[in-house]
Amino acid sequence: MSFLSTLYSAYAEIFLLVMVSVILIADLFTAGRTKTVTYLLVQVTLLGCSLITVATHRDGIDHLFHHMFVDDLMSDVLKLLSYMAISMMLVYSRSYLLARGLFSGEFLALVLFSLLGMMVMISASNFITLYLGLELLSLSLYAIVALQRDSAIATEAAMKYFILGALASGLLLYGMSMLYGATGTLDVNAVSSAIQHGVPNKALLVFGLVFVVAGLAFKLGVVPFHMWVPDVYHGAPTAMTMLIGTAPKLAAFAFVMRILVEALQPLMVHWSGMLAILAVLSMALGNISAIAQTNLKRMFAYSTIAHMGFLLVGVLSGSNEGYGSAMFYAVVYVIMSLGGFGMILLMSREGFEADKLSDFKGLNQRSPWLAFMMLLLMFSMAGVPPTVGFYAKFAVLNAAVQAGHIPLVILAVLFSLIGAFYYLRIVKLMYFDAPESHERIYMQPDSSLLISLNGLGVLILGILPGTLMSVCAVSVQQSLLLPH
Amino acid sequence: MMTIETIVFYLFAALSVFAGLRVITARNPVHAALFLVLAFFSMAGIWLLLEAEFLAITLVLVYVGAVMVLFLFVVMMLDVDLVQLREGFWRWFPIGALLAAVMVGEMIWVLGNRQTAETGAEVIKHAADYSNTKELGRLIYTDYVYPFELAAVLLLVAIVAAIALTLRQRRTAKRQDVAQQVAVKRNDRVRLVSMPASARVSTQAQPDEAAASDQQKH
Repeated sequence: MSFLSTLYSAYAEIFLLVMVSVILIADLFTAGRTKTVTYLLVQVTLLGCSLITVATHRDGIDHLFHHMFVDDLMSDVLKLLSYMAISMMLVYSRSYLLARGLFSGEFLALVLFSLLGMMVMISASNFITLYLGLELLSLSLYAIVALQRDSAIATEAAMKYFILGALASGLLLYGMSMLYGATGTLDVNAVSSAIQHGVPNKALLVFGLVFVVAGLAFKLGVVPFHMWVPDVYHGAPTAMTMLIGTAPKLAAFAFVMRILVEALQPLMVHWSGMLAILAVLSMALGNISAIAQTNLKRMFAYSTIAHMGFLLVGVLSGSNEGYGSAMFYAVVYVIMSLGGFGMILLMSREGFEADKLSDFKGLNQRSPWLAFMMLLLMFSMAGVPPTVGFYAKFAVLNAAVQAGHIPLVILAVLFSLIGAFYYLRIVKLMYFDAPESHERIYMQPDSSLLISLNGLGVLILGILPGTLMSVCAVSVQQSLLLPH
Repeated sequence: MMTIETIVFYLFAALSVFAGLRVITARNPVHAALFLVLAFFSMAGIWLLLEAEFLAITLVLVYVGAVMVLFLFVVMMLDVDLVQLREGFWRWFPIGALLAAVMVGEMIWVLGNRQTAETGAEVIKHAADYSNTKELGRLIYTDYVYPFELAAVLLLVAIVAAIALTLRQRRTAKRQDVAQQVAVKRNDRVRLVSMPASARVSTQAQPDEAAASDQQKH
């Protein structure tokens, strides 16, 4: 067996890294402000990655690089969805970024580097690779947010993101070092079996766990570690906000699964309580603060906090159904927020940001189809049937009920009801208010097709959620090898 | 029982805590940077106690030798306005101190409330001729080759990001174009002026002549 064929499961990562290097060099030799060649190369790379990931899929769990890298069904599914999210994000944001002079070769390269970071996180089975993937993702994102240097607010957002991200990494590393001290290993599976066989120092273990959970909470942006989320979402250019708010959430979900479920499953009694507090606080603060916002990006930021709280409810149920529904929730959240931010990008034009609630007034009179798509997306975020957002919330709550977290479920439903107010307010603004401007909305054909697919997808997935739900359930079940 | 190793450990540990505190409390940023150097040195001492000689020396060489020198350089170049930095410090001090006290209290409560001194995982002891430089060299290119490559990608991202954030092509900037300099022809630079041979030298003609001879020199 040749050396290259032993790397079979990591072909997608290797291909991506080679292609980023090619793109970085090719970009120097392609003239033109629109960067069409580079853009197409990036899309081809994403397509190639998807094909490779599908072609190299094998049943079962495959470890590589001395147990540092894992390839299982969950990682393949999450990677495919990440490629899709990045590809959609580029289609939506291309004309927005071109109008602002931000669509550079470096931007595209950094986006692909952040994708590589996500893939490393998704496929990590060692604390070192988990951490390196996280840093690869975060460093690329800090730079991407800071790319708009003329804007003071974007620079401030990048600084806040960077400093709080560094703090979170510090907490996470501190926690990991404690776990290493207690178990003597950094391998995810070895940590789990070491704890099961009994470690001499339980206090050190729990102490490390607290720091790991705090670090994870920072990265997910849940209360009380959420301070950076509204400022970064608001301050960054909308396309960058879309990048931060979509695909990385899938990687963050994988991170939580690898570290809390795969490595620290024996400590579930400890972490499920911590997650419950984080979840309730996030759903409360996220949904209530979102009501007071007049800026749509800021409102989405608070809504993200609430959604991440909901996702944690699924994880803390601690059953296969819970993990499967949390994965389903993460996927659905990514699809919904791609549509939501995509709508802001479509309505914006050169020198104008459509990121205020008032910009959506009377959208029905200006473009009934766009208004209908926005209505579907808002219904889905609020959890109104028959959209997919309803089913995602239902699946999470169902798993939590089965695990016996009845008070948590009641609180979650209450806060979702509060949250429905600000989503439905946008629907009211679009259909029942008079428009403030009658400016024509110029749309590129590719992004207008995509927003239609996105909006209808939310509806169709809501009517027929079975396939996606079973994909999530099966991949979690096959990847974690938990007792049923 | 206090062995000599324990005494040395507590010495270095106390020194690094003190240095760390001074980094954030020193009024002068240059002093803060120098205390950070002290903190690195005392941590290197602790690493030596842990039999990680190579890493201890690398810490001193890389962090103290290279990173901190750059750091000091930047601190000295920047005009840091201390008054502005300290603005609002005392206003937020009580709530910050309260939070810190709560956290320290919780940690003491969790960790200090133990009858027996608990230890972590088993520490592997090595023979005296054990070379940890050799071991690190072996592991980094075998077991840890994947993280090693990822660290390389991380550096590539840092380069791309640093260039993307700082490189700005200004159209008004004056710079040399070497290709143009090389491709220059004699006729581009030299203007031959035919002067009337018999004309009387006037005061007005002198500057013109000087300019012409000047151009011929080029």
